[in-house]
Amino acid sequence: MAEVLVVVEASQAAGVKKVTLEMLTAARELGGVSAVVFGGEGAAAQFADKLAEYGAQKIYAGEGEEIDGYLVAPKATALAELVRRVQPAAVLLASTQEGKEIAGRLAVKLDNGLLTDAVAVAPDGTATQVVFAGAVIVTSQVTKGVPIITLRPNSMTPVPAPASPVVEQLTVHATDADKLARVVERVAEQKGSRPELTEASVVVSGGRGVGNADNFKLVEEMADLLGGAVGASRAAVDSGFYPHQFQVGQTGKTVSPQLYVALGISGAIQHRAGMQTSKTIVAVNKDAEAPIFELADFGVVGDLFKVVPQADEEIRKRR
Amino acid sequence: MNIVVLVKQVPDSGAERALSTADNTVERGSANNVINEMDEYAIEEALKIKEAHGGEVTVLTMGPERAADSIRKALSMGPDKAVHVQDDALHGSCAVATSRVLAAALGTLDADLVICGAESTDGRVQVMPHMLAERLGIAALTGARKLTVDGDTLTVERQTDEGYEVVTASTPAVVSVWDTINEPRYPSFKGIMAAKKKPVQSLTLGDLGVAADQVGFAGATSEVVGFQKRPARSGGTKIIDDGTGGQQLVAFLASEKFV
Repeated sequence: MAEVLVVVEASQAAGVKKVTLEMLTAARELGGVSAVVFGGEGAAAQFADKLAEYGAQKIYAGEGEEIDGYLVAPKATALAELVRRVQPAAVLLASTQEGKEIAGRLAVKLDNGLLTDAVAVAPDGTATQVVFAGAVIVTSQVTKGVPIITLRPNSMTPVPAPASPVVEQLTVHATDADKLARVVERVAEQKGSRPELTEASVVVSGGRGVGNADNFKLVEEMADLLGGAVGASRAAVDSGFYPHQFQVGQTGKTVSPQLYVALGISGAIQHRAGMQTSKTIVAVNKDAEAPIFELADFGVVGDLFKVVPQADEEIRKRR
Repeated sequence: MNIVVLVKQVPDSGAERALSTADNTVERGSANNVINEMDEYAIEEALKIKEAHGGEVTVLTMGPERAADSIRKALSMGPDKAVHVQDDALHGSCAVATSRVLAAALGTLDADLVICGAESTDGRVQVMPHMLAERLGIAALTGARKLTVDGDTLTVERQTDEGYEVVTASTPAVVSVWDTINEPRYPSFKGIMAAKKKPVQSLTLGDLGVAADQVGFAGATSEVVGFQKRPARSGGTKIIDDGTGGQQLVAFLASEKFV
């Protein structure tokens, strides 16, 4: 059975991300599962246990300064070399900024098709995508080369399938052109212990109705009580209430959690684009006509500064 | 500095969008077609750099005839000129083929800096800047929330899930920007009038030396097999807070096993 290459999405701080486990689960339907780890020295060893637990039969390790010191290009070069060598049945990457960027370069190098933002992959490599703000479901195929597909986080449930992978060290032959964009510094910003926005099973988001940056504590408190991530509408981000990397919507992140809580968010089409494939949606808004209520499974028309503290209290009581 | 800004015309993301039942491509004929929003931030950034460091700003668009409207709109913000790549054979082009055409067009423009939006609101594929850098053998600094130009050195703050990365390269380079980078200016009346006289060069595939069978449906590396409308969500229970709204909300969450 041909290998399926899964490009691991992980970070030193967060470990192996959930989307990686989803990809490993999806890959089993397509062929023999091989994980590809890119990172600094020792990255593969750090992540190996988790990758084994989810069925990696082989781990390719591309490590070191040649990989880690530059923006994506060396990874694409190493991956292209690997694809030419092992002729995989498919290459899966995470539908994140970096995953898509590696996929794009790989597709050009191999003159190969690619599909981004898949929410499901069939055994024959056909991908399902949800487009136009969640309004249309599309099925697509790569018609030239191997299927290169990026998978959107939170698209499927990861299922463990323990394996004992062998680790193969890759020799990275980065070209001069691959080393033009140098990473000088990586800066972590506030997030604390909350789950990653796109991977969280619960997301609590605040909008313009939250009023100011300080009041976002209210959103954070509910998120923490529900074990969720914090999101923000574009209006809230543009008003400086919350940082841009937490923006949910057309020009921010697309999330698809089990539960999405919208606080003080009117539900403009731009916001709905980023959250309407959530399983369950609840909303609190003082405007009874707010479009968010057209999507909400449960909506409270009221003052979020009264409703949310009461809800928090009730959650604590029910524990 | 010679700056080229990539501008794409897309169906308005604030209105309902559709795929064509005839050929599964984005329905553009009946749509309200506008400049991809993120590209306005790219134009603004280019104009700011020109204002600070001198040079010229060129808009580059690949698209059908009607994309000319978006080119004029882009020029009304202040760029000096535009290049419009249009050819009937381009219809149905995939990202790989699009990058082939845009790279060929950029090859005629001798840019020090190519700026584009981080993604388009129609495809949201986000691969074009790196595809172009790959083809042109130049640096790509993508996902910028801040761009600093110091001589021929470019430094960006690249937004990541964890925070940001500081990434640097020398020109020539491709930079893609998020909407946090600046506040795009509105075209002035003078700008709108001036835009009507600015040169727009039209290029065909033949002009670029790209074969018709490498683009469009003929050269596509992927295809849409089918599509369907996703059933619209319908609202559920809506209550007016009577002083127990928070409790009722949690009762619902408990019934769904979230609490």
